[in-house]
Amino acid sequence: MTTDRSTSSGPALLEVLDVSKSFGAVAAVQGVSFPLYAGEAHALVGENGAGKSTIVKMLAGVHRPDTGTLRADGENRTFHSPADAKAAGIAVIYQEPTLFPDLSVAENIAMGNAPLTRLRQIDRRSMRATAERLFARLGVRIDPDRPARGLSIADQQIVEIAKALSTKARVLIMDEPTAALSGVEVERLFSVVRSLRDEGAAIMFISHRFEEITALCQRVTIMRDGRHVATEKVEDLSVDDMIRRMVGRDLSALFPKQEVTAGDVVLTVEGLSREGVFRDISFEVRAGEIVALAGLVGSGRSEVMQAVFGVDPYDSGTVVFNGKRLKPRNPRAAMNAGLALVPEDRRQQGLVMDLSIARNVTLPRSGALARLGLLFGGTEKREAESWTRKLQTRFGRLSDAVGTLSGGNQQKVVLAKWLATGPKLLIVDEPTRGIDVGTKAEVHRLMSSLAADGMAVVMVSSELPEVLGMADRVLVLREGHLVAELSRAEATEESVMYAAMGQKVTA
Amino acid sequence: MSVAVTEIHKQDQKPGRSLGYVFRQREMGIVLALVALVAYTAINQSRFLSSQSIRDILLNTAILAVLASGMAVVVITRHIDLSVGSVLGLSAFAVATVMQHNQDLPMVAALALGLGIGAVAGVVNGALVHFGNVPALVVTLGTMYAYRGLTYSWAGGQQVTADEVPRHFLRFANSDLLGVPWLVIIALAVIAGVGVMMRNYRIGRELYAMGSSPQAAGLAGIKIARNTLVAFVISGALAGLGGVLYASRFGTVDAASGNGYELQVVAAVVVGGVAVFGGSGTIWGAGLGALLLTVIGSALAVLDINQFWQQAIVGALIVLAIGADRLVAVRIARSLRKRDSHV
Repeated sequence: MTTDRSTSSGPALLEVLDVSKSFGAVAAVQGVSFPLYAGEAHALVGENGAGKSTIVKMLAGVHRPDTGTLRADGENRTFHSPADAKAAGIAVIYQEPTLFPDLSVAENIAMGNAPLTRLRQIDRRSMRATAERLFARLGVRIDPDRPARGLSIADQQIVEIAKALSTKARVLIMDEPTAALSGVEVERLFSVVRSLRDEGAAIMFISHRFEEITALCQRVTIMRDGRHVATEKVEDLSVDDMIRRMVGRDLSALFPKQEVTAGDVVLTVEGLSREGVFRDISFEVRAGEIVALAGLVGSGRSEVMQAVFGVDPYDSGTVVFNGKRLKPRNPRAAMNAGLALVPEDRRQQGLVMDLSIARNVTLPRSGALARLGLLFGGTEKREAESWTRKLQTRFGRLSDAVGTLSGGNQQKVVLAKWLATGPKLLIVDEPTRGIDVGTKAEVHRLMSSLAADGMAVVMVSSELPEVLGMADRVLVLREGHLVAELSRAEATEESVMYAAMGQKVTA
Repeated sequence: MSVAVTEIHKQDQKPGRSLGYVFRQREMGIVLALVALVAYTAINQSRFLSSQSIRDILLNTAILAVLASGMAVVVITRHIDLSVGSVLGLSAFAVATVMQHNQDLPMVAALALGLGIGAVAGVVNGALVHFGNVPALVVTLGTMYAYRGLTYSWAGGQQVTADEVPRHFLRFANSDLLGVPWLVIIALAVIAGVGVMMRNYRIGRELYAMGSSPQAAGLAGIKIARNTLVAFVISGALAGLGGVLYASRFGTVDAASGNGYELQVVAAVVVGGVAVFGGSGTIWGAGLGALLLTVIGSALAVLDINQFWQQAIVGALIVLAIGADRLVAVRIARSLRKRDSHV
């Protein structure tokens, strides 16, 4: 990986000058300025909700800044529509690619500026030749005639890049392009982006992964709460510096686990087995404790907890909660007994994206909140208000759809939803996946204070620092077996990984 | 790498000539159904294939096919136009009334008038859908009643009868060019024209794109407002044209003409393989759908089967078409996922 290019200091291809944008009462971006230079990759970092996506949408012509200007090639520009931004040479690659599934790949690339024959008909031959030429230049092989439906996310992004190249875009804006890619795919994407950069394009790159930023970018702009914090050369900043400026506080504050003396046993799992998934799992969880389930992906962590909660079946064993046996395969009974499970995939399993924040928060309790079987907005709203305040959720109005929130705030809504049921045991599966550093800390602080109040917390997590920072005890699973139980003092990165992999890892 | 690329070339250079390609087309199913139906009916009732019977079927198909072409454009764009039956009625009554009072007006003027009325109705639909940001289903359900109401309040129970309109106006729909009825020629011209527009012109591809992913269409800088209007104007204008053809064919027109016709049109489009959620399907498929529906009607009449069955069969066909649509989509998605697109 190289960061060797000396940064050019000619005039900026695109300049963002003191732009601000508000949505209703929420000021998404306030007075942000930065330049994008030719031949340079520029990272834009900030927590979720810091205003990065709003910046992207203004550059893409989707939103117009309330104040401030965008300057392309030294001229002030106003983008009234995405077409204007395209005409100014700006191409945007969104986190979720925006292709037309029914149309062919070649047609997707040509959409908007398809080559025409003399009769002003679409010149299909030249269209697919263009697609092939672009793919050759990008060093990938995608059949231009196949429909875009069914392409992997990585390939869709390559098609988006080809689209950008076909419009002769000189400014390429990539909004978290690597979020859904595997390591190999990220490398392929980076080699493509590097060669574009070296050919003189200006790249704006948004990512939560710092190793990607240091590998690809020359300059970085840091945002916090919609404001511009700094624009610096990447080589002048350490990752710690970046995080500190993004979050506005020190890293040490990230895992604020309070010391708690554990109370009575609330959950006893004994000899839990499910053919081919996990075997003979036994453990206890006490009130006020945070217990982490660690292990590699596929070791059966989530499956164990789903069986405990009753979502998944199990073949043998018992689950005892507060002295009473929980029936298998009955999540409703588990909920009534005082368990709550915050699932791993909040978009699919945790939230109804089109419903309002208030509705989502009160969904599991709609029965209790209803009068004579009818739901009235007032009770829902009061409940939701109190919970979102406790969790410091940032949003415009309670009636906004959950889908409009940033990832971190969505996670808080999921938490609010389950905390509103007043659980005695909270199971959280990957509580901070895909959310930014600052919100992570808030979620951690919240879990810690819940435990301090006597709630038992079981956390399934793939992030070792989180496991080590938060857990009073760490249970390590390997291939469906519980292989280690480590106290907070015993748990180190080495000891957990050793147990998870079944061999000594060389650091 | 070059080996695989040339293979792809070979496969796709002449797609029209490969038998496999032909059979993979959605429209093939309709053609097969048509052939089977015609064969079965003809075996049981030889008069089904008499030239008069074929002529009737084609004449009955023509107007439905004209409206289906316009509807297909709207459905491909992920909208729907339920007002076409009312637009046809309005246009038919207006044209018949104007012709009644101006006996010397040429046919061309009647056609232009019908197209114009339909286009205006289409502009209203499109503008309400786009600028009012209201789903097309709701907008056109509303305008369906509004346009019908307009016709009723104008006609007020009156009707224009065949002996009140000029002879040349009536002759038009019932005369031929080289043995082919004018109505059929017009329908074919409409299918060909709209079909080429949708297949080979930018505007057509943009309409497919809008139907395939409205969100992506906006981000791609496609002129959504203009294109939405164009789609509804095409549908409206063709419904207006259908009104002229209707008046000319039947001569007698009242305020209820074309009542409920929109559902037949939608049925033809769906049976013809146009995806209900936009993005795919063809104009000629919609035309075939219109033909199939008409043939079913005639076949049942010839076979002396209760008219009730016609509706039941059409209903079953729609469910079948939509089911097949889903099935094909799932299959394609699976096979595309399996096929690794690159190395």
